[in-house]
This record gives sequence, C-alpha cells and structure tokens, in this order.
Amino acid sequence: MMEKLKTSKVIGTIIMGMLAFLFISPLLWMLSSSAKVEQDVMTYPIEWIPREWNFFNNFSKVWLEDIPFDLFYWNSLKIAVITTLLTIIISSMAAYSFSKLHFPLRNVLFIVLLAFFLVPTESTLVPRFILINWIGLYDTHTALVMMMAFSIPLTFLMRQFMAGISDEYIEAAKMDGAGYFRIYWKIMLPMVKPIIATAGILKFIWTWNDYQNPLIFLTSEQLYTITVGMQLLSSEFGTSYATTMMAAVSAILPLIVVFLILQRHVIDGITVGGVKG
Amino acid sequence: MSEKAVSNYKTKKKPSLWNNKIKESISGYLFLVPEFIGVFLLGIFPLFFSLYLSFTDWDLVSGLQSINFIGLENYRYLFQDPAFFLTLKNNLIFSAVYVPASIILALLIAIAISSAVYFRDFFKIAFFIPYISTMVAVASVFAVLFHPSLGVVNNFLMSIGIENPPGWFGSTDTALWGIIIISVWQVVGYNVVIYIAGITGISKELYESAQIDGAGKFKQFLYITVPQLGPTTFFLLITSIVNSFKVFDVIAFLTQGGPNNATNVLVYYIYEEGFQNFRMGYASALSWILFLIVAAITIVTAKSQKQQF
Repeated sequence: MMEKLKTSKVIGTIIMGMLAFLFISPLLWMLSSSAKVEQDVMTYPIEWIPREWNFFNNFSKVWLEDIPFDLFYWNSLKIAVITTLLTIIISSMAAYSFSKLHFPLRNVLFIVLLAFFLVPTESTLVPRFILINWIGLYDTHTALVMMMAFSIPLTFLMRQFMAGISDEYIEAAKMDGAGYFRIYWKIMLPMVKPIIATAGILKFIWTWNDYQNPLIFLTSEQLYTITVGMQLLSSEFGTSYATTMMAAVSAILPLIVVFLILQRHVIDGITVGGVKG
Repeated sequence: MSEKAVSNYKTKKKPSLWNNKIKESISGYLFLVPEFIGVFLLGIFPLFFSLYLSFTDWDLVSGLQSINFIGLENYRYLFQDPAFFLTLKNNLIFSAVYVPASIILALLIAIAISSAVYFRDFFKIAFFIPYISTMVAVASVFAVLFHPSLGVVNNFLMSIGIENPPGWFGSTDTALWGIIIISVWQVVGYNVVIYIAGITGISKELYESAQIDGAGKFKQFLYITVPQLGPTTFFLLITSIVNSFKVFDVIAFLTQGGPNNATNVLVYYIYEEGFQNFRMGYASALSWILFLIVAAITIVTAKSQKQQF
C-alpha cells in the first residue's frame, strides 16, 4: 500500500462495489429473509436486518419437523464425498497414464476421450436410465455414484499438471526398483497435491449441486439429496417463503464457506484448465 | 533418494529394454481401465444404444420383447412435431441472449476488476459466488424475488413508475426472460474469472506503446484488449453455446417448461417425453438431435477459429 490512492481507482472501486452488492444481493436477501417472520419477507423497501428475528423457528421448521432435511443433507454429503474420492482416483490414474507412460495407441485413446468429452450428458439420459434399470440399480445411491464418478475435464486438468513434472523423479524411482503403481501413488500424487485439491473441491461442488441425476435415478424420499429435497420442501411449504429461504441457505451456505476458505484453489483450477462441469 | 538410486543402478542387473517396454505398455493400459469403463458406461454404450432406440417405438414399461423397429418414423414425426419446434425456438432465443449477455457482461466486469479497482480478489470472489451456489436453491430465491405482485423486483419497477410490471414466471411472455436472467447471473462470475486470467496475460508493452501513440482508453480497449482476448472469448463462446443447449435444472425446478410451454427447451422436452410419457424411442431421437446440434456447433466454431488465426 505504498502507492498513493488514485481518485479514479477509488471511484472505480465504489462503482464496482455497488455493482457487486447488487450482484450478490439475491443471496444476501435470501440470508436475511431466512431469519424473518413470514409477513416481513416481502416488505419493500427491503429490510436487510430482520425487524423481528425468527431464525430458530424457521430453522426448526426446516431441520426438525416433517421433512427429513437432515437425512437429505447426509445423503448429499455421502454421495458427494464418495463420488469425489472415486473421481480423483480414476481421473488421476488416467492422467498419469496419458502424461507419463508410453504405449501404443496412447494418442488414439486420448482422442477418444476428447471426443466423448463433447457428448452432452443430457443426450444420454434415456439409455443410461434404461441401463441402470436393467442392472437393478434404479433408486439407489450406487447408481448416482456410478453416473458421476468420472470426469473427463478433471482428467485433462490433472494430465496437464502431471505433464509438467520432471521425468527425473520417475527415472530415479525406477532405478530404485519402484513399479508404476508405486510411482503413481508415492511420487505423482504427492507432487500434484494442489491440483488434486482443486479438482476435489470442484467435483464436490458439482456433485452437491447436481439436480438432474437424483431427479431421474431416485424415487424414494429417504434417498433424496438436498437438491431434490428442496423440490419436495418447496411443494410442502408452498408460499411459506421464510422457510423456503432457510432451506436455500442451508443448501448453499456450506458450499460458500468451503469456497471462501479454499477459493484460491478453485479459481486457480478454473483459470488453468478452463474446467467446467 | 538419488544417491540410493544411483547405487542401486550400479549393483542391479538392468532388465532388457524390450521387457521394460512391454511392462510400461501394460501398466499404461491398466491405469486407463477405470476411466474407460466410465467412457463405455456413460458414453459409448448410451450413445449407440440410444441411436438404436431412436428407430423403435419402445415405451419402457412393456418389456424388451415388445420393442418394435419402426425405421425413421420417430425422426419423421419429429420434423412435424410443433412441440419440438417450439422447444427448439425457445432454446434458440435462450442461446441468442444468454451467450452474448454472459460474455459481454463478463468482459466488462473483468476489465473493470483488473484495471479500475482496489481489492481485486474480493471482487473476483463476490462475482464468483453465484457460480458455486446450488441452482435449485438459487431458483427458489429468484422465484420469490420475481413474484408478480409481492416480489421485490416488481415492487421496485412500480416504484420507478412502471405501472404494469411483467408477470415473470407466471406469464408466457416473460417466463423465458426470467430463466435467462437467472442463468446469466449464475454463469457470469465463471466467465469473469477466465477473462481476468486472459487480461493478466496481455503484455503491458502493448498498452504503453499505444499510449505513446496517443490512443485513448476506449481505443486501447477496442484495438488491444478485445483482439488479444480472442482465444479466451473463443473458449467462452464454445462453452456458453454448448451450455445454452444443456439448460435444464432451473427449468425443471421452477417452471416445468411452462407456463404453456413458454420455457420448454430441448433437454426438458427429452425429459418430459422419456421420463413422464415413457416414449423412450422418441426421447432417444430427440437426444440424438441434441447431440448433433452440440457436435455441429462445436465443430463449426472450432473450424472458424482455425481459419481466423
């Protein structure tokens, strides 16, 4: 902060600050409404600080009454954690193979991967649904994990990073008698830890937010994730907006907290790989 | 570790080069097995199976033995199906607004953040937060904000003198616009972050020499920033177009394609036909059209990019 404040930059900061506030105001409004009594939610002009606090009442309506919101939460958490771990292992194995091992048809296989990256998952919904039915996994969490435990963009991201690691480490380990799996596990993975963290956070967020897969592959309420649970909740509570906002806060807040703690990883990963789920 | 490696190298017999190669190849394939199980399960099999299904009239409920091969019937029906053309039209409107809006807005915000403000990281994070927020939760917030009579948005519009504010998600004229607003709002931050990275990569010297030549800020923006960001814009263009054809969550959650099909788009129509009407054959034909559209756009855009540079 040695440089002098420039007037133009101060003005720019103020204008952008207002724009940024406008931009995230729906989320701030959600936060404040979740702590209000029902009749205060729709007041205009907006009261950012609740006139009458009703936080605990709304909280207990969402979390402790008819709808098993805690169960949806647990389901989402379980699926997101398992899916993330599997994706990291599967993608990093492929990334290691594509970046450091030499074998016939490697480039052809890479192009196959690239080609299927371009197939929108939405266009394979019907056959995947039939497949899951046939193997008897309809309405199970296993089906969801199976549908989501792969990520071609994250494979690309990790491959890019592993390609940048010097071969000397690998050669040294080879002379030490280490096999390829040992090299992958003991050398490659530890060396690309930062990008694994990035990939893990991104995958976790994508899985947590996924609505399409649970909508199609689940039907039992006790298996619902937070996203399909939200749907159930909003049909149950109808026009009870304060309660709906409390549910929305509950769904989003953990992601925002995790993101704020680890934001550098997330933003770096997106910038480097242009990754998008 | 390296010392030990060297001593081992000296004492151990070196296995033949050929053996090493075979070992490496086998390992290479083995490491790819899990990923390619995924490619087969979620890519190859579904793609070709849905191509097959698209030539049948299967309804899922009545077992595989009642599968009827009907040739191109589904595709012929598709090209006469007014509902299909309506969803295609909605999708095109969505794309035509969503793609330029999310890119131009992001470019302007990114430039402002990288040149005209203090606390850059704070701004990056603020604009990025919607991108990580759960879409269905966000949609339920917007539904309340855009409530036709009680919502904050319409209250604001009325306070600045608009007497008949739009009915948003309740009206066939404006529901799609509501969907577009939510979708753009959610994705802008992602584009901003990508653009900021691109802007950081532009050489400072370009601006300095432009300044010496007497070019103003706006000219610099037009003749340096925009062309230098070409590859970034191209990347965002492809991802935005492709994503605009995949829009689903917000529609499925908020409007179910309504009111009166005003927000029905391709993916939602596939969902309706396949999972509500159980017309698996027809839904598969629609899926293939979606796939072909996305593939065509990607290839055409990629080709035009190559010619340009």
